Amino acid sequence: MLDDFIVRAIIAGIGIALVTGPLGCFVVWRRLSFFGDTLAHSALLGVLISITLDINVSLTIFVVASLVAILLLRLERTTNLAGDSLLGLISHSSLAIGLVILGFLSFIRFDVMGVLFGDILSVNSNDLLVIWIGGALILVVLSYIWKPLFASTVNYELAEAEGMKPERVNAIFTILLAALIAISIKMIGVLLITGLLIIPTAMARNLSDNPRQMVILSIIGGLLSVLIGLYASFEINTSSGPSIVVVALILFILSLMRIRKKNYE
Amino acid sequence: MNDSETLIRLTNAGIFKNKKWLVRDVDLEIKRGQIVTLIGPNGSGKTTTAKIALGLYKTISGRVERNTTKISYVPQKVSIDWTLPLRVADFMVLTQNLKVDDIDSALNLTGVQHLKDSNLRDLSGGEFQRVLLARAIAKKPELLVLDEPVQGVDFTGEVALYSLIKTISENLNCGILLISHDLHVVMSATDYVVCLNGHVCCCGTPRDVAESNPYKQLFGEKSAKLLSIYEHNHDHIHSSDGNIIKEVE
Repeated sequence: MLDDFIVRAIIAGIGIALVTGPLGCFVVWRRLSFFGDTLAHSALLGVLISITLDINVSLTIFVVASLVAILLLRLERTTNLAGDSLLGLISHSSLAIGLVILGFLSFIRFDVMGVLFGDILSVNSNDLLVIWIGGALILVVLSYIWKPLFASTVNYELAEAEGMKPERVNAIFTILLAALIAISIKMIGVLLITGLLIIPTAMARNLSDNPRQMVILSIIGGLLSVLIGLYASFEINTSSGPSIVVVALILFILSLMRIRKKNYE
Repeated sequence: MNDSETLIRLTNAGIFKNKKWLVRDVDLEIKRGQIVTLIGPNGSGKTTTAKIALGLYKTISGRVERNTTKISYVPQKVSIDWTLPLRVADFMVLTQNLKVDDIDSALNLTGVQHLKDSNLRDLSGGEFQRVLLARAIAKKPELLVLDEPVQGVDFTGEVALYSLIKTISENLNCGILLISHDLHVVMSATDYVVCLNGHVCCCGTPRDVAESNPYKQLFGEKSAKLLSIYEHNHDHIHSSDGNIIKEVE
């Protein structure tokens, strides 16, 4: 059954949506969407390094994204630039460096579109293993640091004063984000992964009035986006990544109606 | 006093940042069951001193000894991001696991039981302060740091909350570090006052401080008189403790 690429795609998609839901909530709560985007952009560089040096793709993406995160934190402390400028600087530089390296690798057949927007056909059973084991690890660690991470999201100083060690859990969270990007690039692509993180969560925000509800709805939104998006992708032959994100957007637009209703009440 | 009774001790503590001292040479000690109040004008380093005590700065000069980890903190300012839906009930268990009974009784004490399922962003300033205080006392801390805990609370509520703070320190036998602008009310509930102005300019019992010259220079004769008036009222407020709390309920 796993030989069927449609089945593989669906299993992969479900695995990723289960992880993007909770992580996406923290990305939205902590206003890290541009940060997530920057890590994702560095994934192209990761893919190319892995091809050049012939090492595992997911691992390379994970290492490169983590390094980029560390670099960002360093620069934030040592320069006078605002966070968003630094993010723009790193984000586009890493994308550009990736594309320049690609120019040197003209002897390799390389599907740039696949890396940028996701290529569901390329998901093999090995990737499934990476997605599900990696995803499970991410969720286990996340549930372990949930309380301190959530507390430091609400109020950093309060969390620190009451012994929740926010600095440490923030660093762990960044690593989890890098890991998510590493396992999901093949499926959804460098340019669109943040979309899957943010849009179902934004939809969930419109519909929920407490954090637990928001996480659950965000997971459901992600699952629906992936399943409907993949279906559309097979039926009308569109790229998987964009299809998934478009479905997420439609769900978000539908959720806006609920907000309008709420405001009238 | 026995050293084991000391919850926290600052020795010569200070912080030097951007080429100037935010606060320096602070000596401060809080024992179990004791309320220590920091007073001083704006920018005198009250909040900074509290944060030093809580260990929120990486590099400080001087020394801080903490003999407890059961610490609750009510920061001066807490803003809840609108991207985060958060009810009072969720907020109560932010850094701690609590039984429903404990949550209810803490909310009850500060008079906001009816807001348990409300969204934090829908609360008024005064209600929010009461929730912050309820959250801080719910886990029965050994040390409670309150940075202007009654800002935005109406006057009756203010008096009631200060007497609640006093009751808490007695019932839980916990130490309290209190920062306040409301000199006139707060003095009645305080065991020890530290008057800050970039450094400790005077300290002692409320009466000592009120009569000291540095205090009069800093706040003027008028507030010194105010203070003694409230000293006089002390017994009255204290004895009607229970009644006031009942009123809040």
